[in-house]
Amino acid sequence: MLAFIGRRILVAIPTIVLISIFVFSLQQLLPGDPILAMAGEERDPETIEYLREKYGFNDPIPVQYVKWVSGVLQGDLGISLRSNQPVTELLLQKLPVTIQLAVMAMIFAIAIGVPMGIVSAVKKGTVLDYAANLIALSGLSIPNFWLGIMLILLVSVKWGLLPASGYVSPAEDFGRSITTMLMPAFVLGTALAATLMRHTRSAMLGVLKSDYVRTARAKGLNERRVILKHAFRNALVPIVTLMALLFGELIAGAVLTEQIFTIPGFGKLVVDAVFNRDYAVVQGIVLCTAVGFIIMNLLADAAYFALNPRLRKQ
Amino acid sequence: MAHVTDPATAEPALTARPENRVWKKFRSHRSAMLGGILVLFFVLIAVLAPVLPIPDPTATDWGAVRQAPSLAHPMGTDEIGRDVMSRLIWGARASLMAGVLSVLIALGIGVPLGIAAGYFGGWTDSIISRCTEALLAAPFLILAIALAAFLGPSLGNAMIAIGLSATPIFIRLTRGQVISVAAEDYVESANAIGLPTMKILTRYIFPNVLPPVLVQATLTVATAIIAEASLSFLGLGQQPPAPSWGSMLNTAKNFLNQAPWMALWPGIAIFLVVLGFNLLGDGLRDALDPRET
Repeated sequence: MLAFIGRRILVAIPTIVLISIFVFSLQQLLPGDPILAMAGEERDPETIEYLREKYGFNDPIPVQYVKWVSGVLQGDLGISLRSNQPVTELLLQKLPVTIQLAVMAMIFAIAIGVPMGIVSAVKKGTVLDYAANLIALSGLSIPNFWLGIMLILLVSVKWGLLPASGYVSPAEDFGRSITTMLMPAFVLGTALAATLMRHTRSAMLGVLKSDYVRTARAKGLNERRVILKHAFRNALVPIVTLMALLFGELIAGAVLTEQIFTIPGFGKLVVDAVFNRDYAVVQGIVLCTAVGFIIMNLLADAAYFALNPRLRKQ
Repeated sequence: MAHVTDPATAEPALTARPENRVWKKFRSHRSAMLGGILVLFFVLIAVLAPVLPIPDPTATDWGAVRQAPSLAHPMGTDEIGRDVMSRLIWGARASLMAGVLSVLIALGIGVPLGIAAGYFGGWTDSIISRCTEALLAAPFLILAIALAAFLGPSLGNAMIAIGLSATPIFIRLTRGQVISVAAEDYVESANAIGLPTMKILTRYIFPNVLPPVLVQATLTVATAIIAEASLSFLGLGQQPPAPSWGSMLNTAKNFLNQAPWMALWPGIAIFLVVLGFNLLGDGLRDALDPRET
């Protein structure tokens, strides 16, 4: 097990190095000279020279990269041009908000997607199966920011049931924190529920055909027990790994969801940074989400290993 | 030899051609046909937009600001009196073009790189595959937003950003296909009789790689249309006053109370066209899969 994980970590290292090169070179794509923008209207040559020296723009590009990476390795992602705060500090501030949204969205996704997947696999070819598939495909096709807008219109504007936007920290008021996050989490969760439903369905279909399910039925176990205990437990392995892989989709979905519901998280941070031309923040976020995704991948592998006893023996 | 057929048996051989089998299966696939019709409908209105009897999508009318749907304006008017239906129809052009062109960019870069990685193996493969993995690690939309931000906001740049973000999917898919096709006997025989590499790649490898790539491309058009709408919604895509469904939603969200119809129609349009491409892609996958009957 440890050797397996160790090998996976070794493979991840070159990937992370490549991502860092990519994120660094994003800056080179910038039209124009960032220093000129910083120097303001007068463009005093002395100021420009001072800024160039200060931000290390006079160094050759590889040297700039090495300096940047050594900073990153020490947890220094640069300074936000907008708020003058260190990028790392900004990210750590916003992260808990997005994690709360992501966890609640995942709960919605599991609660909707998994039972729907099981039912449509067990009732394959029936109206129920078609309906579940149609709902899942619609879930994949609805732009989730539009779903958010429509829910605000209906639930907040028309019925006045839930707040349309904002964020309350759970430490401040747990109940209100959950209720304000309910609608955004539902919106984000539905998109994932569709993917989860489709995978649960195909995993269940595979398992339901297997010999041990037939044996369990032949033993005369009741159908409920066969499906939930024998089939579903085995179908769970690919589903759990998929959940880790959905992390990327979750973060990307959070960008728009947070924008619609004005939630001050990771996604709102990246959009604001884009509009304020706060490139250090954009770079920091791309780097963090990519590394986060790689870590989730590693966890998915580990979970796969832990859940599948056959792999452990090898 | 297989291609020298007796005239008497030519007829049944023809009906058994794979293209016919695929078309037959596709035609009997009701949801795929529905998808095809949805896509065709939107393509038609996008192409016909200039000749349809609709008002100018950018013409403002201060006497008809935020009017509810009526006979004169079947989908209502927006915050500066522009006809929502006309903007929706013109917006179909931006959305479909963005969806298709960005996927073409992804195909144009991804397929050759995938073929190179899969066929040549070794260092070529290592370098291409590592880069692909690195790009796949960044979530699609985050990558597209970052690229669009650094390239600058415009519809063209949004397409480039979406296309580049979708490229790694095609590299990986093509590479995997090439590896499995290259192990087939007919490729080995072609190699053995000394055909030039270029000929093997174009004649034997490429046609066999195409079907799954085509399926993925159709499904990616759906993703790309949502991505373009998302970028335009954030203000990183189509710039005003030119209409796009995403940018229409962006303004609409400020008038939810006064003019909810402004938000309703563009969303339904995105939903239908994306659903169309998804159904079409699923149907194509079933039709092209020789295992399914």
